[in-house]
Order: sequence, then structure tokens, then C-alpha cells
Amino acid sequence: MITVENLDIAFGSGRGRVHAVRQVSFKVARGESFGLVGESGSGKSTVLRAIAGLTPGWRGAMAVDGVALGQKRARDFHRRLQMVFQDPYGSLHPRHTVNDILKEPLIIHKVDDIEFRVLKALDEVGLGAGYRFRFPHQLSGGQRQRIAIARALILDPEVILLDEPTSALDVSVQAEILNLLAQLRRERNLTYIMVSHDLAIVAHLCGRIAVMNRGAFVEEMSGDQLRAGTPEHGYTRQLLLASKGYDRAAIDQFVEFD
Amino acid sequence: MSSPSESTDAGLKAWLLSDTPHSVTQARCQRLYLAWLAFAANPIAMLGLAIIVILVLMAAAAPLLTGGDGTEQALANRLQPPNGEHWFGTDELGRDIFDRIIWGARITLYIVGLVGIIVVPIGLLVGTVAGYVGGWVDIVLMRVTDIFLAFPRLILALAFVAVLGPGLENAVLAIALTTWSPFARIARAETLTIRNAEHILAARVQGASTARIILHHVTPLCLSSVIVRLTLDMAGIILTAAGLGFLGLGAQPPLPEWGAMISTGRQYMLDQWWVATIPGIAILVVSMGFNLLGDGLRDVLDPRSGGSS
Amino acid sequence: MAKPLLSVENLSVSFDTPKGVVEAVRGISFEVGQERLGIVGESGSGKSQTGRAILGVTPGRVSADRIEFDGIDLRNAPARVMRDIRGQRISMIMQDPRYSLNPVMAVGWQIAEAYRVHTDASKREAKQRTLDMLATVRIREPEKVFDLYPHQVSGGMGQRIMIAMMLIPGPDLIIADEPTSALDVTVQLQVLAILDDMVRDRGMGLIFISHDLHLVSSFCDRILVMYGGQIMEVLEADALEKAEHPYTRGLLNCLPDLDHRQDVLPVLERDANWLLTNGASE
Repeated sequence: MITVENLDIAFGSGRGRVHAVRQVSFKVARGESFGLVGESGSGKSTVLRAIAGLTPGWRGAMAVDGVALGQKRARDFHRRLQMVFQDPYGSLHPRHTVNDILKEPLIIHKVDDIEFRVLKALDEVGLGAGYRFRFPHQLSGGQRQRIAIARALILDPEVILLDEPTSALDVSVQAEILNLLAQLRRERNLTYIMVSHDLAIVAHLCGRIAVMNRGAFVEEMSGDQLRAGTPEHGYTRQLLLASKGYDRAAIDQFVEFD
Repeated sequence: MSSPSESTDAGLKAWLLSDTPHSVTQARCQRLYLAWLAFAANPIAMLGLAIIVILVLMAAAAPLLTGGDGTEQALANRLQPPNGEHWFGTDELGRDIFDRIIWGARITLYIVGLVGIIVVPIGLLVGTVAGYVGGWVDIVLMRVTDIFLAFPRLILALAFVAVLGPGLENAVLAIALTTWSPFARIARAETLTIRNAEHILAARVQGASTARIILHHVTPLCLSSVIVRLTLDMAGIILTAAGLGFLGLGAQPPLPEWGAMISTGRQYMLDQWWVATIPGIAILVVSMGFNLLGDGLRDVLDPRSGGSS
Repeated sequence: MAKPLLSVENLSVSFDTPKGVVEAVRGISFEVGQERLGIVGESGSGKSQTGRAILGVTPGRVSADRIEFDGIDLRNAPARVMRDIRGQRISMIMQDPRYSLNPVMAVGWQIAEAYRVHTDASKREAKQRTLDMLATVRIREPEKVFDLYPHQVSGGMGQRIMIAMMLIPGPDLIIADEPTSALDVTVQLQVLAILDDMVRDRGMGLIFISHDLHLVSSFCDRILVMYGGQIMEVLEADALEKAEHPYTRGLLNCLPDLDHRQDVLPVLERDANWLLTNGASE
């Protein structure tokens, strides 16, 4: 469904040049859920944004469903691929009601039956029609993220990019959103690419996981492999150890990986 | 959370504060109501609002409040001090100054209104396009803005009026041309802070065109700081208009423009103080009203100074 | 436990909003000794307001039967006494250091300044103390970092600098409000290790406010679980698995587990009855 080959992204020039992504390649099959894990600055979000067409100036080759992607995306591309962002407080326009937010993609793509689709989308993410005319500031973080998911689904896309969709949420709300995402994927045979810094979340939602450090892939493995605690690379093992909580003795063993 | 039936019988206030609005109208009214609550809590801002409301009412009811249109001469009554019949006295042609102040309110509103209507769209368009598109578009638009920003306002207005000829419309045009540049700067600065916000990225991922993003997503967020700035600029606009009127380049006689009234009253300043002083006070009060209103609006609308949700 | 460092009784914090009074904290009581006390809760649980109310830096209305720190009544303490206590005897570490540091002053001098406010040290002495402190929080090249400005340091380094600044007057109690949530996991643990060593070596008390139950249970000695402004349960950290309150259990269960495959995560069911009883206390 998605092929990324030798993706390379650098920002700036001269001394301020940041090589954000280095020669990253991966394939995601239709209906698969693929996870990208890494710490801040690892380039995981940059990869996602490049696929979505938000990062200009990338090099390499990317294709969705066999169609190669250029620097600019046609409008039809966006009907097939949508994205959910990290910050539910920042990803909804503060002056638009839920109704405006959900209508927007339908208007852009000239889809009719707007009223019906908006109500259906609200229903699908577990919010009723009662939320239709609220402003984002009248919603909790979890409700906002449900609206963001509804907005991504309203055009019936095949691929959803998830950029840390639960990192700004409380754990109890996180569980609800993760369940919702898993359920929607089953029902609609969606393809997910999810970025997160949290190994447990990625292992929960994704069948296959790539670990990134400093712009490059460290290793790729299955969710079962991660759960079994048998990653091959030292960086992944350290990340796994750190995810298990505070252990004074282990911390002194931490090293920096390049 | 309230059930649908609750909001119908619990009155207007509940309707305005309900957590589950049932229509776009209700959602918008709620937003306005909360802003109004914050605004009404500020007595100084309310004073400013009261002044502006009175000014508007005065202008609207001018024919009812006065006998004529403020230009009737009565040479037998010239230069009378304030008295029971002529509250603010009369001028050198025997015209009632109270009447002229009231009719002058229409001219003042006409000037600030027209300047606002011209300046806000131009400023917003230039600023948001420059800020959002960036690159050479930004450079060109901002250098043009800089050029207008560099001219002293009254001097440039004088030059425009000198070219276009004196008159109220030309004065408005001249003021507008010298006023839009700060609005473009504000809109650009505001746009730069939100252009990489996730909700703008989300709009791009939905496939929205640049024009749509600027119009539907960026502009509404710039509007409040631009409106605040416009209200604060109103005083300056009124003063420039009055200055042009004073120099004889704005509204032409016999129109009761406040600045022109001061100008003619100047000759009688020492013996008949009221002829120049009363319109001066009118300018002062209205300018102050706009300034107070602007400060209050800023507290409510500007997210950086807190206040709004 | 010996005489507690801080004892709080029946603390409440409330806010006035256009829609009426909102009670952020509702009558909680607890004590802190020379230990690591974790306060865990989700957003809106009142955990942050609790920390701020102790130092008197919340914009809300605070009421309490007792807030006593080392024999001093903090409720009615005059502003001057509070100023001396804040910073010198009780320090607070916030989530994002970059908002708390002065952007136009080298970080080293900010730390030195914090030291000089509370002592009569000379500039030179203060600088030396600062360099020592930077080394203590494991900053590799203290001399170099001393002259950096806040925008030049990374998040993890910024948080270490903040901690150095809070620790340099030698406080007795530290209130850390989500001090590491903005950091990467490995950096987060390294920063916690610094706090941990301080508590152990200097006999300080630490109130660690966080949303992360797992992290808190592995790091702290004791845990207060807060919900809706009340304390639901007080736990010894190593007895977390024995938690009884349905809220604590719910929080534990709804986390994705790194060891086992689950298709659906259990969802926390909230119960209005939790808030009717007066919560747990010590």
C-alpha cells in the first residue's frame, strides 16, 4: 500500500543544516498497522509529514498504492490518505464549531449529503449529535481527539497517519482512543502508520515496528518480538528497559547511541 | 450536561451557558455572551462603549435632535455664548454649535467607518498572504508596506489631498492609504505564529487550497487583533481627519466637520472661546471613547493578554 | 515516621468561573516526611493545585485547617516569610523549564543569583557553588554550560539546570510538578535519578506530582491517588499491585501492557460514589 525508499530529508543549510531523516526505507501492506518509535529528534514525525505532503524538499521515492508521490499532492491524494495530529488542543481550529470542522473536508472535496455524513461521523467516534455545535474549548481532550479522528475518517480514506495521537491525553482516555482506533481499523480495513515515543502503545496497536534514532532506522521487528523482549539492537533494549519504569541501578548503565 | 428540554424552559441565561448548543446560532451567541461578560466586567471599557453608542445614537437621531441640518445661518444671532436656547452657543455665521456637533458626529462616523472598511480588508489580505505564502511574495509585500509605514501620516495625507483635491472623500482615501500598513504588519505577525499550527497543517492534509486556508483558517484568527488595533487607531484617524479639516483640506464648508469648526473658531478664540473649544472637546471625548473601547476589546479578544477561553 | 516536614489538613482550593464555583481540591489531608511522596492523578484531579496551594501560588481560593511546614503555619504567614520559604526551604520544579528561566540571562548566573538571594556569598563564591551544582546534576561541561542562554540548551539539560537552581539554596522540601513529562524516557529517568540521589544524600522531602502511575510507583516511597479533588487511596509504592480502590485499579489496567498482547484495553468506568465518601486520608 505504501512504499518509502531511501527517504532523505534535511532542513536548513550551512552550519545550521539538520539532517532529519537518513535513507529510510519501508513498506506497509494494505490493512497493516506500522509503528515508528523513537525519541524526540529521531525524525519519526518528519517521515510521517513527508508522506502527508507537509514537508517539502525530500529526496528518495514514495508511493501510495503503486502511484509515485511528487513534491506537490493532487487533491485526490488527500481523499485516500488522512492524518491525526498529536495535540488535540492545537489541531482543531479554535473559532470553528465541530460542525464547521467536520464539514470542511466535505466542502473541499465537493462531497454532498453533508448533514448526514457529519452526524454519521460523530456517531462513529462515539459522540452524539449533541456535540455538533460545540466549540473545541467546550470539549475535553479525549472528545477533541475523537473529533480529529472523525475529521480524518469523513472522506473514507484508506490510509491514516497517526502522529502521537494519545500522548496529550490522560491514560484512561488514551485507552478509549486506542480501542476506537483498533476498532475502526478492523471495521474499515484501514492502513495505519503510527508514530509514538511510547513502546507500549506502538506494541499494542501495531503489528510491525521500526525503531528510529537520529534520523535512521535502528531495526525493524514484529510486535511479538518486542513483547518478548528480544530486540537485537542495544538502543532498542535500552528504550525497552527505560519503558519499564524507574530503576536506579539500570540508569547508570545508560549510554548514548549515534 | 443538560438534556434538550432543560434549555428551553430554564431561560435565556441557561440557553447561553448550556454545554450542548443545538444550533450554529446558539453556539455563536454563547461565544459572544461569554466575551460580553468579560467585557462588561471592565467599567472603563464600558465607559468607552457608552461614549461610542451615544455618538452613534446622536448621529442616527440628528434630524430629531436638531431643527435643521446644521448649516442654517442666522446672522443676527452670531457669536452668542452658550445659553438656554443655544446650549453650546453660536458661531460666526449664527449657526447653532450644538446642532453642528450632532451633524458633525455623522461626518466623523462616516470617516472612521469608511476608513475601517477600506483598511481592514487590505491590511488583512496583504498581511496574511505575506505571512502564509512567505518567500519573495512576503519580501515584496512587506517592502511596500514599509514604504507606506515610513511616511508621516499627515504629510502623506496632505500630499494625496493636494493631488486629488480637497474634499471629504479624498480625505478618507488619503487617510486610508496611510493607515493600512500597520494592519498588514499585525496580520502578518499573527499569521506567522499560526501558520505551522496543527490545525493549519490539518487543513493542508485535507487538501484545502492556499486561498481557502488564508480565508477560512488564518483570517478569522487575525481578525481580533486587527479589530482591536482598528479601535485603538480610530482616535488617530479622527485626529488626522480633523487636522485635514483644520487645514481646509478635508470636509469643505458649510459641512459641520469638527476639525473645520475648530479652524474657523480659531479667529475668535480669545473673545468667543466656545466656537473652537466645543468641537475640540467633542474630538477629545470621542477619541478617548474609542481608545477605552479598544483597551477593553483587547483584554477580551487578544489571547496573549489572557481573558478569553 | 518521625515528625513530618509538612502536614496538610482539610485543604480545599476553588475557582470562580462564569458558570459558578469550581472546586479543584476538596478537603484533602496528608503528611510528607523525608521521603519521596508521589501524587498521581489525571488532568483535573487537583494534583497540581495541591502543590501550588502549599506554596501559596495558586490563583484560586485556598482554605485549610492546617498547612504546617517545619512548625511554621503557611496559611497566615506574612508575604516576607513566604518569600523566604519559597525558594530557600521549599522549591518548586515545573514541567517546562524554558518558561521559568529568564531568556536574556546566562543560565549560570541565574543559578548563582538564586544562591546569592538567600546567602551573603560573593559573586565568585556563588559561581563556584553553581559550577559544583551543575556537576552534581551531571552536566558534563559545567564551565561551558554556565555561559549558555536558555534557548541554547535542550529540554533535558534545561530541566537539569532548573533542578540545579532549585537545589542550590539547599531546600528541605521539593515540590516537582510533572518535572520530566516533556522529556524522553531515558533522559526522564536520568533526571529522576538526580532527584533521587538528592533526597537520599541530603535528607530532603520530595513531593512528586505526575500522571504516570507506573513511573511514580517505581520511583516514590508512597503514593496518593487523587481523583476529582479528593484522595482516593494512599499506597506504599511497592504494594501497587495490591491497590484496592477501583479507580487505582482502573488506571493500572487501562495502560497497554508491554508484556502481553491485548485486543481491547479495559476502559476505566468512573463512579460518582467515589466522590461522595470523604476519600482516604492518613
